[in-house]
Amino acid sequence: MLASSRVVASTKLWTGLALQKRQFVLTAATTAVGALLFSENNRLANQMERGQLHRKDARESNSEASQPFFKRKEPNYPGHIPLYNFEKLLMVLGSSIGAYTHPEKNQFIVALGESTAIAPVLRRLQHQMLSDPVGRQILHERPRMTSTSLNLDYLKSLPENTIGRTYINWLEKEGVSPDTRVAVKYIDDEELAYVYQRYRECHDFYHAITGLPIIIEGEIAVKVFEYMNIGIPMSGLGALFAPFHIKPSQRERLYSIYYPWAFKSGLNSKPLINVYWENILEEDINEFREKMGIEQPPDLRALRKEYFAKLKAAKKIV
Amino acid sequence: MSLRSGPRTLARANGSIFGTIRRISGINAVRTYANGTSNGKEDTTHFGYKTVKKEDKEKLVGDVFSSVASSYDVMNDAMSLGIHRLWKSHFINRLDAGMRPGSNRALDFLDVAGGTGDIAFGLLEHAQKKYNDTSSTMTVADINPDMLREGEKRYLNTKWNDGSDRVKFLVQNGEIMDQIEDNSKDVYTIAFGIRNFTNIQAGLNTAYRVLRPGGIFACLEFSQVENPALDYIYQAYSFSLLPLMGQLIADDRESYQYLVESIRKFPKQEEFKGMIEKAGFYVPEKGYENLTFGVASIHIGVKL
Repeated sequence: MLASSRVVASTKLWTGLALQKRQFVLTAATTAVGALLFSENNRLANQMERGQLHRKDARESNSEASQPFFKRKEPNYPGHIPLYNFEKLLMVLGSSIGAYTHPEKNQFIVALGESTAIAPVLRRLQHQMLSDPVGRQILHERPRMTSTSLNLDYLKSLPENTIGRTYINWLEKEGVSPDTRVAVKYIDDEELAYVYQRYRECHDFYHAITGLPIIIEGEIAVKVFEYMNIGIPMSGLGALFAPFHIKPSQRERLYSIYYPWAFKSGLNSKPLINVYWENILEEDINEFREKMGIEQPPDLRALRKEYFAKLKAAKKIV
Repeated sequence: MSLRSGPRTLARANGSIFGTIRRISGINAVRTYANGTSNGKEDTTHFGYKTVKKEDKEKLVGDVFSSVASSYDVMNDAMSLGIHRLWKSHFINRLDAGMRPGSNRALDFLDVAGGTGDIAFGLLEHAQKKYNDTSSTMTVADINPDMLREGEKRYLNTKWNDGSDRVKFLVQNGEIMDQIEDNSKDVYTIAFGIRNFTNIQAGLNTAYRVLRPGGIFACLEFSQVENPALDYIYQAYSFSLLPLMGQLIADDRESYQYLVESIRKFPKQEEFKGMIEKAGFYVPEKGYENLTFGVASIHIGVKL
């Protein structure tokens, strides 16, 4: 019995060992053959055969370079960069963080504006323009604000109460120049891109007719006004989040005076997007404001001066 | 053109005709002439995916680097998630340059397209730490004066600025190098610079000319990822995220679009190895080392 069990045990041991040996031999043989067949040189030789290794001519459009994995659609207008949806989403996220932390840097505002100005918003604006004769004229003629269309010397020569003169006065008061605004690149439809470009270029005029300065408070006030009138999402986001950055005293002033003014004027006035600024430079500004239904807000710089004077006086006493 | 709503069609017709005319005279004109020979002009080359005249490429590349110079390092860190530092330190360690103890001649290093100086200072640091070499000289050459100025600014704050005149900064075109004599350098390094050359072969030939016999040519450059799955991810990342980062962080989308396109256009590993051999270098097997699955690659050549 002992002998047979020993035989059984040693048989089991022998088959176990043989199995292990066979496994090892098979694995080693497979590895060796594989190393011979799929060596680096063979792999490169296969690639060379398929023509994937060298480019025959540096100028010849290589099959891989001409059909890369990542391809963009054709642009719809010069300067257009068609983005995929995930890229637009990333741009919204990145630029909103950037615009919140660094609102003075233009690239964030530009990117946030273009990526959040989605087609439904711009299409609504386009329809608004198409329903108005002047708006139709603007879309037809597509005026762009350049140094020739806004000749500063001519504007200076206009009488005092005209829109053009008010504009140039505001520019000089704030110390800015009407430099060309950044071209729209990321909006896909060509006409909607023009609508957004028009919005961007008219921004300074909105400042001029309301008299708001370029300091952050003034910009926020203009943004709220713009949002209530025109409805671009970026201005709405600015109106919501930008006040968290400024001093409490400024915020209080904004909320108590300028926000109510912006809501009232923005909602009750006629659409600003349908104003053909270049053609009404000689019109009287007070008539224009009345016609449009825009009230002028209190002068922000004057308010600030008053406030600082009060503070100084208070400190002097205390 | 179907008649839907009158004014809208009119606007669209005018808008799109005008747009079409602008479009034809704009981007697509360049795209149809992608193959230089069909146009009859033999002297065109690629600038990213665009085709430009050879004499214009140098200036275009110069403009790109002038505009990225100030935020160069920040953007490099952001784009490669810091991995470029690993690549560069591996490059320096592998090169292992330095005057060996017991040697009687100091070495001459040349870092081309080394503008901001990170490889140059890294090489000197390695030589000093490992071999106690404080006499090897370093020449930093770059075709772009703005990048070189960044390097010089950085140099002023390093310990190499000790008045010993070991480090020189020269504005040089890597394809010509008129101020560097033949057979005068022991180590020629070029990190992420050679893909911007108008004529890469001329750059390699010049490298051969300035090196002494026994000198080493070492090139760290972006290369092609061999694995198709990883290549897909890599391309999606580089074409969508890198220009976006350039746009938001550096306010310069075009330069970073050029960067990713020029990476695609650079010759593959084996082809570049062939170009190095054509310049006269002896390339030891295998000649290149892929870093991060082929995103970057170190090419070595020895002048015999």
